[in-house]
Amino acid sequence: MAMKFEKKGEGAFLLDVTGYVCPHPQLYTKKALEKMRTGDTLEIIFDNPSSGESIASMCDTTGDEIAEKTTNGGKYKWTVKKAERA
Amino acid sequence: MDETNRKNQLWILAIVVFLSVVSIVTYAMNEYYIYLTAYLWFGFIYGMSLQYGRFCFSSAFRDLFAVGVPRMAVGIMIAMALFGLVSAFVTAVGMSTFHSAPYGVHAVIAGLIFGVGMVLTGGCASGSLYKAGEGNGVAFLVILSISVTQAIFADIGGWANKLAPQSWHDSAVAKGLPASINAGDGWVDQFLAGHVWNLPTTSYAEIVKFKNPFLAAYVGNVLVGIILPAALILLGVYLIWVRKSFLGKRKKEGLPSSGLGVELAGYWGMIAASKRTAIAGLILGIAAGLHMFVMKGLQVKFGVQNFGELMQRMGITFGLSEKGTVFDPGYWYVTTQEAQWVGWVFNKLGADNMDNIYFGLNNGIPNPLINPADWMSIALIFGAAVMALSHNEFKWKAPTLELAMWAVIGGALMGIGSRLGLGCNIGAFFVRVSQGDVSGWLFGIGMIGGAFLGVKFFNWYTDRKMAKEMAACDL
Repeated sequence: MAMKFEKKGEGAFLLDVTGYVCPHPQLYTKKALEKMRTGDTLEIIFDNPSSGESIASMCDTTGDEIAEKTTNGGKYKWTVKKAERA
Repeated sequence: MDETNRKNQLWILAIVVFLSVVSIVTYAMNEYYIYLTAYLWFGFIYGMSLQYGRFCFSSAFRDLFAVGVPRMAVGIMIAMALFGLVSAFVTAVGMSTFHSAPYGVHAVIAGLIFGVGMVLTGGCASGSLYKAGEGNGVAFLVILSISVTQAIFADIGGWANKLAPQSWHDSAVAKGLPASINAGDGWVDQFLAGHVWNLPTTSYAEIVKFKNPFLAAYVGNVLVGIILPAALILLGVYLIWVRKSFLGKRKKEGLPSSGLGVELAGYWGMIAASKRTAIAGLILGIAAGLHMFVMKGLQVKFGVQNFGELMQRMGITFGLSEKGTVFDPGYWYVTTQEAQWVGWVFNKLGADNMDNIYFGLNNGIPNPLINPADWMSIALIFGAAVMALSHNEFKWKAPTLELAMWAVIGGALMGIGSRLGLGCNIGAFFVRVSQGDVSGWLFGIGMIGGAFLGVKFFNWYTDRKMAKEMAACDL
């Protein structure tokens, strides 16, 4: 499945990188968050476990909040709220 | 317990029972099989640890350059320090199975090619094995591509001979290798016998020139060869990627944000940030050192230096090299056994691929069912599968066309890099650095450069795709 990025509503976006391996999920997540505005949310859907570690570390560095994490049968759905950049 | 968890636990049980039955039945057939069983269970531990810590050498520098995440760079340094500490003891008591490799510019070039490849594929050689254990189809393709490329590259001749300098050819021929090897024919043969074998080998233990073997191993190999360079690299990582956000967070929280104590807290915080990765690094480091000790112990017990001798005692001679040996590193290794199983298939299909140094003189092409290092790699995949199943992270994933393309191209680059560097991220970097071999950091420097180039390319590639997707999003 090809990568999908779309607007779900005002200030809410979806990034679906199911099927992708490293470094694609974390790269696309970084690029999406860079373009979004402070307070916007990004729902990320992925199924590559090691990308989760990288995305979590990335959010820890930038201060972005991982507001929600769900896992189902090896598929992850995380919601990240963008923080103000220093 | 839900249905998925119950199924996963049944699969875990099936895998552990299968590997146990293989260990017991083969031992009952012949006690020599315990040699393969030792490889098998260490491979299993490596697989579990790699999957638990998402321990991928590829991500160490790729994720730094791509997304500014230092966790794997830290994990690798921890693992190398621990591996170094354990194996310094093994070396000092004369139980090491390791031999230093020739060092030179070839190691940097090899690392560079390998580094680009591992970014394109999304995983290094060991990372692809553990990801295969998660059910990742891309990882299986990467393994296939590394294996096939190596098997072809090791035996490449004809037009490729013209790319070898005359001095390599003359030097290779002058080595007086057995006629069946024909060292003057084949690019890799001339590269090895005509160039690499002429280069020096040394370790940091030899450089510091201490007479006491413990001092030489711990001061030379561990302190000078691992701890100091690793601490310096991590200091660079802290200053470039971590410091700014760490101090920014402290400022926000109203805490002091200057002074040596604060900087040291930031440095330590970076090291302790990912517990999973640190724990995996710790287990991998200790297991890799013990592995060496156990293999040497088995060699002493059976009075051999290579498993090929045990094969001959068991009456198995197919696939032995000219020296009567097979690939039997005595420690963690990944790529040569991958080349061997494809080399064995090619040979069975009629290829004459024993007339080269790689297969014919050094490593042989034994049946994969009795290849010591193959037992380790297959068990590594099983170990990773067990860990993934236990965390409900196992999922069969077929590769998309896009990822299949990167897997094949990147895998081929990793295969070529491995043969030029005489190993991959494990054999040429992790093991060599941990043993104080000077060539280890040379391959590592190349690998870091390759990761940088690979990330540059992927940044450009993903920027284009993201721009298309974002066009309709008012961003």
